[in-house]
Amino acid sequence: MQYMLILNETAADFADRNDPARADGYWAGWNTFIGAMAAAGIVVNGDGLLPPETATTVRIRDGEQIVEDGPFADSKEQLAGYFVIEVDDLDAALAWAAQAPSAATASVEIRPVMPPPNAA
Amino acid sequence: MSAAVAAVERAARDAYGRLVAILASRSGDIAGAEDALSDALLAALQRWPEQGIPANPVGWLVTAARNHAIDRYRRDGRAAGYADDLRMLEQEVTEKSQEFPDERLKLLFVCAHPAIDAGVRTPLMLQAVLGLDAARIARAFLVAPATMSQRLVRAKTKIRAAGIAFAVPDPERLAERLPPVLETIYSAFGLAWEDLPVGATLADDLSAEAIFLARLLVDLLPGEPETKGLLALMLFCEARRPARRDAAGRFVPLADQNVSLWSKSLIEAGDALLIAASRHARFGRFQCEAAIQSAHSQRAFGRAVPTGAIVGLYNLLVDRAPSFGASIGRVAALLDDGQAEAAASALARLPSERLRAHQPYWAAHAAVMRALGNHEAARASAEQAIGLSDDPAVRDHLIARFHLKDTRA
Repeated sequence: MQYMLILNETAADFADRNDPARADGYWAGWNTFIGAMAAAGIVVNGDGLLPPETATTVRIRDGEQIVEDGPFADSKEQLAGYFVIEVDDLDAALAWAAQAPSAATASVEIRPVMPPPNAA
Repeated sequence: MSAAVAAVERAARDAYGRLVAILASRSGDIAGAEDALSDALLAALQRWPEQGIPANPVGWLVTAARNHAIDRYRRDGRAAGYADDLRMLEQEVTEKSQEFPDERLKLLFVCAHPAIDAGVRTPLMLQAVLGLDAARIARAFLVAPATMSQRLVRAKTKIRAAGIAFAVPDPERLAERLPPVLETIYSAFGLAWEDLPVGATLADDLSAEAIFLARLLVDLLPGEPETKGLLALMLFCEARRPARRDAAGRFVPLADQNVSLWSKSLIEAGDALLIAASRHARFGRFQCEAAIQSAHSQRAFGRAVPTGAIVGLYNLLVDRAPSFGASIGRVAALLDDGQAEAAASALARLPSERLRAHQPYWAAHAAVMRALGNHEAARASAEQAIGLSDDPAVRDHLIARFHLKDTRA
């Protein structure tokens, strides 16, 4: 089965990316995690994302396009990246998700990828 | 319910759970497996009382399920998905008599998976493993049948969609995944024990089913001491069931129970399990609680209750597996041991704000105040406990014990 690991981070995690004292540790953690998934051959695809302050949100209401600065929801944890992985079952996906650095500081949501429409 | 029908129901339910487990573990689809088998179970309940239980009940159910599944698929004009699985199973059953693997353990782990909402785990287990219908489960959980059905459907959809594996967890994960399974079974037992009056058919059913599942777990996981602890705990409680109420249905507290009504054989079975569990030398909440009940049960054999040892066991429980229930149990144990001051200070350390709506807290508070000679405070706390109790028999007991007037209609 394919699962998306939806990687959330806190504002402090995002700040670590560019903090001279903390960036090395931050990136080393992610490199270890991503390297282990790659070595296991389970990665379908995935990306890290730039921080929420670079986000722009658009809605169409009453036929009008409303564009706003910032992410969809203002919350303590924000989307920081995602990976789609191919593993046997939820427990396997959970085991990988628990190894993501952001599982210790924020959270990782695990969602099954929608199967193709004509699959059984 | 006649004994014959009850025997049929048990045989059918046992086979039903095994078959749901096998079919669902092949497809991951509990609801589909239940559909294929519910018709077969219904047919069994109609025919077995007249024709007798077949020599091979499982084989009978598989054949009936296969026929019904084919009918169902024909009616719906769909491919006979389950019929293939059932045809294979039918061959296995007839070729190797009833020797096919017991997958119920896998089903238990699925029902109590941490990804399933804790509130729906026990109902799900009662339905998928034991074949209880949603309306009956809804009555036990005091919710509307439609609400319960909805929750069960949602949980089964989640299991299939999220790809929860039908597997017994690896040994390294078993330690974290077994406790919710045990909790789920104990919660079914607790429903029967605390929330339903003795003599209610559902209460008897649920406690019997919980004990049945714990036995299954003991057989299937012989290396796990906590499964033995859970079964022992339930057997000790079950042993005292006939003494919990007097002839008029009034609640009888443990200390006042007529021990000749206790089942010595169940107590001995519990003790044997505890001894077997202790050989693993691994602490567990259920073993500790069972040991406390074993100590209380000594009266059945004419021995004094070792109140000091019970305090020691509660100290261990509060330290290693803390809960409000354990803390309040410890207060009662201190009182029984004649340590009223220690009981009072233990009670004073509990967060009274959070326990304001907790009936056992107020009952313990009343008992402590009475032991300290503060009868006015004891009566006030007993009144709080009475107001919080849903069980008329428990209310009557508190009213009599603290010389109160019944202000409720």
